Amino acid sequence: MTTTATTELMTFDDAIAKYDPVLGFEVHVELNTKTKMFSAAPNAFGDDPNTNVTPVCLGLPGVLPVVNKHAVEYSIKIGLALGCTIAESCRFARKNYFYPDTPKNFQTSQYDEPIAYDGAIDIELDDGTVFTVEIERAHMEEDAGKLTHMGGTTGRIQGAEYSLVDYNRSGVPLVEIVTKPVEGVGDRAPELAKAYVTAIREIVKNLDVSDARMERGNVRCDANVSLRPVGQEKFGTRSETKNVNSLRSVEHAVRFEIQRQAALLDGGGEVVQETRHWHEDTRSTTSGRPKSDADDYRYFPEPDLVPVVTDKDWIEELRSQLPEPPAIRRKRLKADWGYSDEEFRDVVNAGLLDSVEETIAAGASPAVARKWWMGEVSRRAKADDVEPAALGVTSATIIELNELIEAGKINDKLARQTLDGVLAGEGSPSEVVEKRGLAVVSDDSALLEAIDGALAAQPDVADKIRGGKVQAVGAIVGGVMKATKGQADAGRVRELILERLDVQA
Amino acid sequence: MSELIKRTATELAGLLASGETTSVELTRACLDRIAAVDGSLNAFLHVNAEEALAVAAEVDELRAAGKGADLHPLAGVPIAVKDLIVTKGQPTTAGSRMLDGWVSPYDATVVTKLRAAKMPILGKTNLDEFAMGSSSEHSAYGPTRNPWDVERIPGGSGGGSAAAVAAFEAPLALGTDTGGSIRQPGAMTGTVGTKPTYGGVSRYGAIAMASSLDQIGPVTRTVEDSALLQEVIGGHDPADSTSLADPLEGLVDAARHGDVSGLRIGVVKELGGEGYQAGVRERFSESLDLLRDAGAEIVEVSCPNFDYALGAYYLIMPSEASSNLAKFDGVRFGNRVLPDGPTTIERVMGATREAGFGDEVKRRIILGTYALSAGYYDEYYGSAQKVRTLVQRDFEAAFKQVDVLISPTTPTTAFPLGEKLDDPLAMYLNDVATIPANLAGVPGLSLPGGLASEDNLPVGIQLLAPAKQDARLYRVGAVLESKLEEKWGGPLLAQAPDVQPVVDSVVDQGSASVVDQGSASDRAETRAETRMEARAMSHTEATEGSRS
Repeated sequence: MTTTATTELMTFDDAIAKYDPVLGFEVHVELNTKTKMFSAAPNAFGDDPNTNVTPVCLGLPGVLPVVNKHAVEYSIKIGLALGCTIAESCRFARKNYFYPDTPKNFQTSQYDEPIAYDGAIDIELDDGTVFTVEIERAHMEEDAGKLTHMGGTTGRIQGAEYSLVDYNRSGVPLVEIVTKPVEGVGDRAPELAKAYVTAIREIVKNLDVSDARMERGNVRCDANVSLRPVGQEKFGTRSETKNVNSLRSVEHAVRFEIQRQAALLDGGGEVVQETRHWHEDTRSTTSGRPKSDADDYRYFPEPDLVPVVTDKDWIEELRSQLPEPPAIRRKRLKADWGYSDEEFRDVVNAGLLDSVEETIAAGASPAVARKWWMGEVSRRAKADDVEPAALGVTSATIIELNELIEAGKINDKLARQTLDGVLAGEGSPSEVVEKRGLAVVSDDSALLEAIDGALAAQPDVADKIRGGKVQAVGAIVGGVMKATKGQADAGRVRELILERLDVQA
Repeated sequence: MSELIKRTATELAGLLASGETTSVELTRACLDRIAAVDGSLNAFLHVNAEEALAVAAEVDELRAAGKGADLHPLAGVPIAVKDLIVTKGQPTTAGSRMLDGWVSPYDATVVTKLRAAKMPILGKTNLDEFAMGSSSEHSAYGPTRNPWDVERIPGGSGGGSAAAVAAFEAPLALGTDTGGSIRQPGAMTGTVGTKPTYGGVSRYGAIAMASSLDQIGPVTRTVEDSALLQEVIGGHDPADSTSLADPLEGLVDAARHGDVSGLRIGVVKELGGEGYQAGVRERFSESLDLLRDAGAEIVEVSCPNFDYALGAYYLIMPSEASSNLAKFDGVRFGNRVLPDGPTTIERVMGATREAGFGDEVKRRIILGTYALSAGYYDEYYGSAQKVRTLVQRDFEAAFKQVDVLISPTTPTTAFPLGEKLDDPLAMYLNDVATIPANLAGVPGLSLPGGLASEDNLPVGIQLLAPAKQDARLYRVGAVLESKLEEKWGGPLLAQAPDVQPVVDSVVDQGSASVVDQGSASDRAETRAETRMEARAMSHTEATEGSRS
């Protein structure tokens, strides 16, 4: 079912000229604890269906939940990284609804007592513009199982003959991060949406509390968009686009909703408060189910659990363990290294920030580190269409290559061949140099032999040099390099030629 | 009938330790008794003869090999388990068609503890469906009958466990108590039933009705047996977040050294008087006299908010139950019923729940769903929680004045089968005295207080203590029990008539209302009969097997 043909859109620029978008985000982060939120079942991705389950996460009769302390710890870390206040005591509630991916037919989730609340993070756009996004709350809950609809053509529930349920994901710990309404972003709304989710992803990855792989659903974004006429204070009716699972899609989904809602409002229509589905193929959203504030989940405090009490010392200990926030770290590194905005952004976008940092820390200059990582490793990764990090090059590889160059053992051209060898699995740079016989020819007698050959081959050039035209030496150097297949140190060759012809440089 | 089965668990433990009897002999005696009388009582939904005898034989072998000293004192003493508590290797039905034939892949924590103590599990006992009821008539497998009078209810929801213990089918049983389901059947059958402090015994593996109220506890014939069994099953369980960090200790010691001298015992003004049967009041005041003679000071205390406890209970309990029972949808376990027409998930869930749940369960799910609804939450669930707090405060205030509280366990003796089937409110009222303890999480014990003069049926006396002071119940209960037995010249159950066969006319009369409700109930009756046949067979096979 595609509706792009029937959905009327206003151009983005026109939409922004008339309407002021207000955004809101609910980002679900799957924690990478060893076990699930309330059971001892392994929290693992990709295993055979229904193998990582216990009676608890299957919701069998008689079972009881027990809160995973590590999940609480991870949630507190997320709360602290988002600048939130951590609740001294908080509770879980039951959100009651019947659906077969939810084994108990209720989700155990925090409702009116989240573990973290009232935070804010600064989101920096590409051009350096900073927006502050206020965080309303970050609360703990459990993930549902995974439904696979079979027998239909679309893979959706409509038209399916039957559905399969995998409860491996059932009970995986989640933290849901909910923003306050984000106002005043104007035409930067789609960019901000992408940058916000990027920032959340970076933060949880940096904290090592989530694998943060969007393609696996570790980080999932529900994007709320509403429009109000420019100048109006009251919010318009919002739509909630569910489970937008890539950074690019978040940007596109927000843009699409702005254009769709603007066209609707402009035509005298009304935005329906509803959930919407994002379709990557058509880059559009379609209507989901109507959602109102009156959705009745019959929340009540989870009677099988006692309140989660957070001790002040514990929170401070966790705070002291927090890594440097990614945004601050980036600012510091950029200043330390003296990279231009563009140079630095390239490093970040290539995912090579850690590698470059390690290489510089190991003694390479920022220029050398950038030259090798960006010029060579990243280029090759692009050619092979893989992540640079996946190539297996380490900071030690780069340091060793650089040392070989500085010691005069290889030149830049040989160093590139050496890197090829490393990537081909032939060993460390030194081993590759040895195996491939790439070392610069440093034996003067071998070089002199080649020089004599080159001089004899070009007697007129030799005469010119003898006559004082020193710049003509390049032609002889070229001949020597050719004869040695590039394995000579060109500088040394030049010196020897001049010595041989008894000419002062 | 072997005289062995009339012995208390404490006595049996002694006989086993001294070698005067064996666990196999004892277990077989219980199984024989079940075979003899359970056709009348329907206390058991499943008899676990083979496994029980195997465990018994293992205990006997260990004793014979001189390893008796390593065994738990109750090793080899058989026990029955309420069919709300999950057991590996035996069906667990919760008294519901929903779980007919379902076998749990895991053991409840209390069952693990019974196995560790090597207590042979005789089988699973009948109950009101999902423990919802006070008469055991709301079982999908037919009612359990009261051994004192098979035309009467044995109380509920744990009527099966109480009847089994009262009829000497088992020396011990486990029950669960959400609003009185251990204590009220205790009162109805002349047995001892204890609801421990909330969190004193792990709930892991007890199919939840109302999580904040449910508690597993002992069903026995004596106060000391109750203490012994509570010590077996109690203690912290990492699988139950609401279980207490420290075990409740000194229970058996308290039961063995009963003493009320200098103790202040409070008579709860609101739990007596009007609405309580004359014979019940008579026995109650007799118990007060005995305690006074034994050196206790009896004072009256008022707990004014107890008047609202029943109302609050009937909001909190169904609210939690409506959520706890949501998992029974036919998707993952239990029975699945396919509707006529399209088999979408909603329709399959709906058809399953329509066919799988009985009327009382549906009534409570609807009530709870309504009470939790947006717009009604504050008015119903919220208000009920406030009353709950007030009830807790009443207890706190009362326990500042007295050491334990005392009341009749129930307003009446056992009522006839079918009498309250069409009047749920009348049935609910039977729990008026037991409910406050669940709301406050405090421990309560019911022990037999004699027979009401007008109907010669057992009357229960309830003792209540502050949270974690379960030992106090046993200390006082032991005194009252011994004074009463002194007066009776033996245990009350010695006065019980032989279990009568159920004659056809009685069946018709007793289950008249059930039959009126139509074909579903008829099927349940048939199913119960089929099951009884199967049970008799398995018993025969097991008995033969052990002979060879």
